[in-house]
Amino acid sequence: MKTATPAERFSSPLWRDRALAASALSEIERLADVAAAKTGGQVNFMEVCGTHTMAIAASGMRRLFPKTLRMLSGPGCPVCVTSQGDIDRVLALAAVPGAIITTFGDMLKVKGSKGLDLNSMRERGADVRVVYSPLDAVALAAAEPARQVIFIGVGFETTAPVIGGAVARAKKAGLKNFSSTAFFKLVPPALELLLSDPENRIHGFMLPGHVSAIIGLEPYRFVAEKYRVPCVVTGFEPLDILAGIDMLLKQVVAGKPSVEDEYFRAVRAGGNPAARKLMEEVFSVCAASWRAIGTVDATGLEFSKAYAAFDAVKRFRIPYSDAPEPKGCLCGKILLGKALPPDCPLFGKTCTPSSAVGPCMVSSEGACAAWFKYGD
Amino acid sequence: MVDFKKVLLGHGSGGRLSRELVEQVFLKSFSNPALAPLEDAAEVTLGGARLAFTTDSYVVTPVEFPGADIGRVAVCGTVNDLAVKGARPAALSAGFILEEGFPADVLKRITASMKRAADEAGVSIVTGDTKVVEKGHADGIFINTSGIGLIPKGRRLTSSVVRHGDVIIVSGNLADHGVAVMNARSKLGLEGGIKSDAAPLNRMIEGALRHCGVRAMRDITRGGLATVLNEVAGACGLTAEVEEDLVPVSPAARNACALLGLDPMYVANEGKIALFAAPEAAGKVLKALRADKYGRNAVVVGRMVREKKPQVRLKTSIGGARIMLMLEGEQLPRIC
Repeated sequence: MKTATPAERFSSPLWRDRALAASALSEIERLADVAAAKTGGQVNFMEVCGTHTMAIAASGMRRLFPKTLRMLSGPGCPVCVTSQGDIDRVLALAAVPGAIITTFGDMLKVKGSKGLDLNSMRERGADVRVVYSPLDAVALAAAEPARQVIFIGVGFETTAPVIGGAVARAKKAGLKNFSSTAFFKLVPPALELLLSDPENRIHGFMLPGHVSAIIGLEPYRFVAEKYRVPCVVTGFEPLDILAGIDMLLKQVVAGKPSVEDEYFRAVRAGGNPAARKLMEEVFSVCAASWRAIGTVDATGLEFSKAYAAFDAVKRFRIPYSDAPEPKGCLCGKILLGKALPPDCPLFGKTCTPSSAVGPCMVSSEGACAAWFKYGD
Repeated sequence: MVDFKKVLLGHGSGGRLSRELVEQVFLKSFSNPALAPLEDAAEVTLGGARLAFTTDSYVVTPVEFPGADIGRVAVCGTVNDLAVKGARPAALSAGFILEEGFPADVLKRITASMKRAADEAGVSIVTGDTKVVEKGHADGIFINTSGIGLIPKGRRLTSSVVRHGDVIIVSGNLADHGVAVMNARSKLGLEGGIKSDAAPLNRMIEGALRHCGVRAMRDITRGGLATVLNEVAGACGLTAEVEEDLVPVSPAARNACALLGLDPMYVANEGKIALFAAPEAAGKVLKALRADKYGRNAVVVGRMVREKKPQVRLKTSIGGARIMLMLEGEQLPRIC
C-alpha cells in the first residue's frame, strides 16, 4: 500500500466527510442541550485562533450548530490584537528614509490612527515588500547591504520562533542592516485576561493548534484547574472543529474540565522544545499593548538583551504611541468575545474588507472579515 | 462604490476593485454597446461577419515558471478569450515592452514558446510592436496580445442567456497556475510538482460546441471561479449554486493553498473555463470536453437557480452553506 505523505495525512478528504460530519453534528446537538441545561440555557465556546474563525466560516458550519451552542471569536488574530499605537509605529518605520519594509501580507491594510496603512505608505514611495518567510527578509538584507531591511514581527507563539530564528541567523551572519519589530503576544496570559474578567461567560476554549504545536499543553493547565473551564487543542479541518466542540461539550456535561488534545497529529503534549529554546534565547517576556485591552504586564515578548540590537523600534528611535482605536468600532469587544461582528453598527456598512475601519475586518483571519466574506 | 484617488494594486486583481475601475473610468469614457457586456471578448460586426475581438496585457514575475512562461500565457489567454465567445481564433498581435538589459536568450525562449502555443491553437501572430524602456521603468518584459476570430453563424454565447436549471461545468483542476507562479516567485519550494495549466482551449471548446445547449462560457483567470460566477450571476440574475466537493482541485494545489492561506476558488488559472449548459446537454458536453487533453477532468460543479437575490452559494463538504463574494482586492498570504 502506498504510504500517505504528511500533507495527505493532514488534509485527507476524510476530514471533510459529509456523513461523518452529520453524525458528529447530531451528537453535538444532543450534548449541547444537556450542556446548556448546566450553563444557563446557552453554551458559549470561544475559538481563540483566527484560523479557526476562518475555518468555521468557510465550512458554513455555523448554521448547522444547535441554537444552544454559540462559537465566539477570541483574541487570536495577530493583526487584530495589535494595538493602534503599535500599528502607528509600524507606519513610522515605513517612513524611515531608504528602508525596506518586509511583512506578511496581512499587515498591509491595517490602518493607523491617521488613516494610513502600509499600502498607502507604498503609494507614497515607501519600499514595502510582502514576504512569505522572515528568512527571505534576512536574505534581502544580505543582498542589499546599503539598505536597512526591517521585518514587521507581530503574532503569537507561532510566529515568534520563526522570526526569532531569522534574527538569530542575521546575528550569526553579522548583518548590521537587518532588524525586526517584536510586537508579540502570548496566548496563555490572554486567556487569563479573559477569564479574570467578571463578565466572562465562556464555557470552553477551542485552543489554537499552531500555537500549541510550539508551547504544548502544560501552559493551559491553569484554565482547567484554576478557572474550571474546559480546553481542547483543535485542528483546522471541519471535522477537527466538530470533534473539538464535541470534546468540549463532553467536558461541560461531565463537569470535569481538563486540557485535551484533538490535534494530536500535530501537537505533542510537550510542544516543540527546540522552537521554545530559540524563542527564550532571542526574546524575553514583557508587557504588551493589546487592542481594546491596553498594556498588560507579562503578556508579550520583546528582544532579549543579547538581541536588543535587532529591535527596529529601538534602532530607529520610534516613539511609543498610545493612539485611540477608531470610533464606533467594536473590534475590541469582538476580540473579547463580548460581541459578534453583526452587533457592530459599522459592520457591512462603513466597514467592509475594501474599506475597513477596524482590523477584524482587515485581516484574513479577522472575525468580521470571516462573517462578511462568508455571509455567516 | 468607493471613490478612489489613486490606482491601487488591488485594481489589477481581477476582482471587485478591478470591476469598479473598469466601470468608473473606462466604461464611463469609452461607453458603447460592444463594450458594455464586459465579457472576455467583444463582438463586432464587419461586412456581415461577426467577429470576436479581445486584448490582454501580461505582467508576471518570474517570466518563466513550471509549466509555462509569460509568452505561452499571453498567447493562450487571448486565444481562450476569443474561444469562450464561440469564435474561431484567426490572428493575433503581440506587443512587447522590454526593459533595457533584458537577456536576449530569455526573450528568444519566450518567443519560441509563443510560437509553439500559437501553432497548437492554429493561429498566427501576424503583427507586433516593440518598445524598450530604460532600466527600472519596467519589470523585464510586458507583453500585450490582441486577437480576432470569426463567430460562426447561429452561435450566441453570452452570460445573460443563462437559464434556471442550467448546469455549471468546470473544465479541470483549479488553482494550479496561481500556485505555480507564487511558488516560483517566492521560491517557496512547495512539493507536488504543481505546474501552470496555461493552454490554448479553442480545440476543446470547438468540440463542446458541436452540441446544442451551451449557453455561455467564461475563461477562469484572475479572480478565480468565485469571481467569474459572481459576474455571470449578475449578468443573468440567477444564483450560482456550487458543491464544494465537486470543484476539482488537485491535492497538491489544495495543500499549497491551505499552507499559504489562499482559497482555490479565487486563485488564477490560465487553461480552465466555466461552461453553462442546459441540463439535457450536460452529458454530451462533458463527454466532448473530456475527449480533449485539456478537459480530461471536466466536471459538473453546480447549477443555476432562480432566487430573489442572485448570489453565488457554496454548499460545503460537510453539508453547510456559505456565500462566495467576488475577490475583494489582492489575495494576500497570511501570517500564520
